[in-house]
Amino acid sequence: MYSQGLLGANTETEETPEFLAAFQARIDREEKIEPNDPMPAAYRKTLIRMISQHAHSEIVGMLPEGNWITRAPTLRRKVALLAKVQDEGGHGLYLYSAAETLGVSREQLTEELLSGKAKYSSIFNYPTPTWADIGAIGWLVDGAAIMNQVPLCRCSYGPYARAMIRVCKEESFHQRQGYELISSLAEGTEEQKAMAQDALNRWWWPSLMMFGPSDTDSQHSDQSMAWKIKRFTNDELRQKFVDATVPQAELIGLTMPDENLRWNETKNNGQGGYDFGEIDWDEFWQVVKGHGMMNKDRINARRKAWDDGAWVREAALAHAEKQSNAKTAAKTAA
Amino acid sequence: MSDSKMMPLWEVFIRPRNGLNHKHVGSLHAADGELALQAARDVYTRREEGNSIWVVRAEDILASDPDKSAENFDPAADKIYRHPSFYDIPDEVGHM
Amino acid sequence: MAESQQHLQAAVLQIADDHLILGHRLSEWCGHAPMLEEDLSMPNMALDLIGQARHLYAYAAVLEGKGRSEDDLAYLRTDREYTNCLMVERGNTDFAHTMLKQLYFAAFMKPFWSFVENSSDSTLSSIAGKAVKEISYHIRHCGEWVIRLGDGTDESAQRMQQAVDALHPYTEELFWCDDHRQACIDDGVLPAEHVVRPQWQTTINAVFDQARLSTPEVTFPLLGGREGKHTEEFGFLLAELQYMQRAYPGAQW
Repeated sequence: MYSQGLLGANTETEETPEFLAAFQARIDREEKIEPNDPMPAAYRKTLIRMISQHAHSEIVGMLPEGNWITRAPTLRRKVALLAKVQDEGGHGLYLYSAAETLGVSREQLTEELLSGKAKYSSIFNYPTPTWADIGAIGWLVDGAAIMNQVPLCRCSYGPYARAMIRVCKEESFHQRQGYELISSLAEGTEEQKAMAQDALNRWWWPSLMMFGPSDTDSQHSDQSMAWKIKRFTNDELRQKFVDATVPQAELIGLTMPDENLRWNETKNNGQGGYDFGEIDWDEFWQVVKGHGMMNKDRINARRKAWDDGAWVREAALAHAEKQSNAKTAAKTAA
Repeated sequence: MSDSKMMPLWEVFIRPRNGLNHKHVGSLHAADGELALQAARDVYTRREEGNSIWVVRAEDILASDPDKSAENFDPAADKIYRHPSFYDIPDEVGHM
Repeated sequence: MAESQQHLQAAVLQIADDHLILGHRLSEWCGHAPMLEEDLSMPNMALDLIGQARHLYAYAAVLEGKGRSEDDLAYLRTDREYTNCLMVERGNTDFAHTMLKQLYFAAFMKPFWSFVENSSDSTLSSIAGKAVKEISYHIRHCGEWVIRLGDGTDESAQRMQQAVDALHPYTEELFWCDDHRQACIDDGVLPAEHVVRPQWQTTINAVFDQARLSTPEVTFPLLGGREGKHTEEFGFLLAELQYMQRAYPGAQW
């Protein structure tokens, strides 16, 4: 809702073949699409779905890490984690803003999340039982997120691309924070090292699942690629992530929990890459469908914050109304 | 669960430093102007992004209609006499 | 350690504990705020407070001269050794309590830091220079919220007044002066009560007027934190705060 002056107007488009072809031509010329531009309804719908899922992921993503803010082992780690979780909130906010330019309200989106209708990244339905999980999340989950997000900075929809540029700039400290954290565990006592390895064992496969179903099973990929909403397929990004991350684990003496992991010189058009084992897609879909360990807790926590905050939001609105009434009355009296 | 009233949407403009224009950076929700300014400070200037903030109620912004962008903006394209390169002057004059 | 240095160390530790514990409590909100915008504002303030605590602990450690670190002081003392005032350790309860607690504290710290900025102790005055700006924003942010909640809906007005009734008895401890603080006041390092109290009162009155809140008469101020006598919930706060350091003694993080 950048300009309600316009968005009050009818945004429906008559999707003739000429219109669709002209739209595709704009995309092909790498022109950005801006909020009030005519766009196919399906383009709008795809973006709302993608951006809001992304926003919800950031918001729900505050919870597993927020779980450790009060238990961070040093003050330096405490401020870093607090700033990071705060950033996730900020990213959610930038993304809700971008989604709102497409004609949905934050309230609508929040309602969809709290009712369980909206999806968010499944990774946040896994628990964070140990401090090492904070390192694993920063390193692997944020690492995977960055892989996904960097191409989105060139997304054809202007507000999404701009939000992602901001997100990526801020996100760069998150992964370093996580890797530094888990490195210091890997270099620490036997107990700490075991904690780090255990966290890696639990987060590695869910991180690979973050890229979504394999290209052969992904229902949204083709059209999103044509519209340049997405720039790489799920499998391409997953491969990039594996190739980038395996050496990082080796460097700090941790072992990926995958016995089928090995270097393959013929991969990536002869540049080489890692073969890796089969992802447990049954687990993926179970968690997506709401059966993960933390699904219900996450939504309950969000709903509690929203419900407990209702009186605060109502009070702020009531006060604003009183103030504006008082102003009007003063004007009338004068 | 839905609030009886929606929290107004505000557009946020930040000036990175003196000498530059305020630039649109995004939006946020707040009940009134003071809270909107504070939220803008907390959301959009955490990394020294600016030294001045404007907030404007989104509903107070009027935007030109993209359907009319041809009639609005194309007519300026051929008015080349508005640009210095349209005029020929002797090279000896130097920079003018 | 010279006697005056001992006093200064103890006084600095009091303020450091105030900042850490208040910041810790505020950080509990992260991810659970009434609206997303506030999920950014509250961590900002918590980061200010914990940041100040770090400087103060580091200084207290230097003054102590026993080779302890900021984390040793922050994490490895027993509950009777923490000397924060009781107000900062009280649970968040609701947004009204939280905003009011922050306001009471910030309204005190602003004149406190303003004085310290010009004091003879160069380490403290440099901490104060940054802190006074941060705390001024806390007054504004929390003050504006207290006004809106106090003069918002019937429910919010009631919650806000309940918060005042619950927390006001703890405010007296902000002005607590023991031998340590008195020695620092005498040395011109920390401000005397008559320097900070009028400004604190002015700030609170200005907000309460607009918020339509009344100040309860306090016949029995709640004190004890400065002497290490804490509330029951403080033990649980420490259990969380210290968990890692206690479970893995000596480990580096």
